Amino acid sequence: MSVRTEVAVIGGGPAGLSAAWVASSLGAKVLLIDENPSLGGQLIKQTHMFFGSKIHYCGVRGIDIARILEDLARDSGVQIIVDSTVIGLYDTMTLGVLKEEEFVEVEAKKVIVAAGATEKMLAFPNNDLPGVYGAGAVQTLMNVYGVRPGRRVLMVGSGNIGLIVSYQLLQAGVEVAAVLEAVPSIGGYWVHAAKIKRCGVEILVSHSIKEAIGEECVQGAVIVKLDENWTYIPGTERQIDCDTICIAVGLSPLSEVLHQSGCELTHLPELGGWVAVHDSNMETTREGIYVAGDASGIEEACTAMLEGRIAGSHAALSLHPSRKEKANRIAEEARLELAAFRAGPFGEMAITGKRKMSEYVQ
Amino acid sequence: MEFQYRIEEHPILHFKRRKKVRFTFDGKEFWGYEGEPIAAALHALGVRVLRRSVKLRRPRGFFCAVGKCSSCLVRVDGVPNVMACIKPLREGMIVETQ
Repeated sequence: MSVRTEVAVIGGGPAGLSAAWVASSLGAKVLLIDENPSLGGQLIKQTHMFFGSKIHYCGVRGIDIARILEDLARDSGVQIIVDSTVIGLYDTMTLGVLKEEEFVEVEAKKVIVAAGATEKMLAFPNNDLPGVYGAGAVQTLMNVYGVRPGRRVLMVGSGNIGLIVSYQLLQAGVEVAAVLEAVPSIGGYWVHAAKIKRCGVEILVSHSIKEAIGEECVQGAVIVKLDENWTYIPGTERQIDCDTICIAVGLSPLSEVLHQSGCELTHLPELGGWVAVHDSNMETTREGIYVAGDASGIEEACTAMLEGRIAGSHAALSLHPSRKEKANRIAEEARLELAAFRAGPFGEMAITGKRKMSEYVQ
Repeated sequence: MEFQYRIEEHPILHFKRRKKVRFTFDGKEFWGYEGEPIAAALHALGVRVLRRSVKLRRPRGFFCAVGKCSSCLVRVDGVPNVMACIKPLREGMIVETQ
């Protein structure tokens, strides 16, 4: 089977849905492809309310933002296929898509890659035991399928994901043994840390996991204090009672399809690892291939939505120059919002990463 | 009291569950809700070990739960290398460790 479209969007999370909606509303024929059964990406697991300004959907829960974005995309005429995995992007701007057992070719003029991210792992003995789960996995299991990951969870990582998932665990009736953080200060927003602290959960800074305990499954963990050089302080080991260890130590951009299609990648730790080189329009080194959201550097849903709008508007503009005024207005507004968002105390990494990216492009 | 894996009451979320279906895992009978991933149904009944590592026969469960890491590969109705964390459950499925 073969399908033709003007703009193909890979990934139906906040970036992909925003890109598809904007491109479609600017007159482009858009096809959005997602490998999951439902759209929204990680938003469908977010029970907390977002903050920021109105454009960031402040006061709205992630699960509801997913629905809002999906409605915007559908109402603007975006064609959507789910349960479908893009397995290749070839020279002729042809996508190979596996829809269950069927192979579908999608011919596009522009491709926006909003594939998201994958979880980073941490090295420690027994980290392969069942019960050591990524934070995304824990969210999926309990917030999408309504299954508790375990009775008592040790959270490793106090970035926003670690903090938010800890709160979500409490909401789901799961005990949180402690939250560990290797650096001497809490990684995420204070508002998220305060919520779990108020519930009596300890956040142990300068602490890490030394090993998981168990034969067939996790039956506990040994934690240890770290000195300023990130090395174990002997004698500070402590055994923790838990049946699940949740790893929330960061994400890496999913760049495979960009790499395979010949886009240049560069390694920027501030953006989570290997990331496709892109300009301020989110266009990669291959003309007509764009990147947005976590795939373009790890940030969060708000920035993903804004990057999606920029990519979508530029892709549509290059196909339909008559819509120039509206396209430029959308992109300009999104750029201003991005700058405002990143100007906050937690935008520093992204600013540094994106600055290095722009230096690289030049 | 035995630990309940299934969330029945949640302050924010409401889980829409389809009909109960039966399936087997390594010959033993289990149940789950139609359409949920095989791994979720097994986890809900306390089953975490989904396969063994090739060389050292170490136990393996799921890790990412979104079809990325391949930690949870099982055989379903004779087809090997199926990701248990995303494969929707159907009535009468025969799931086996591989």
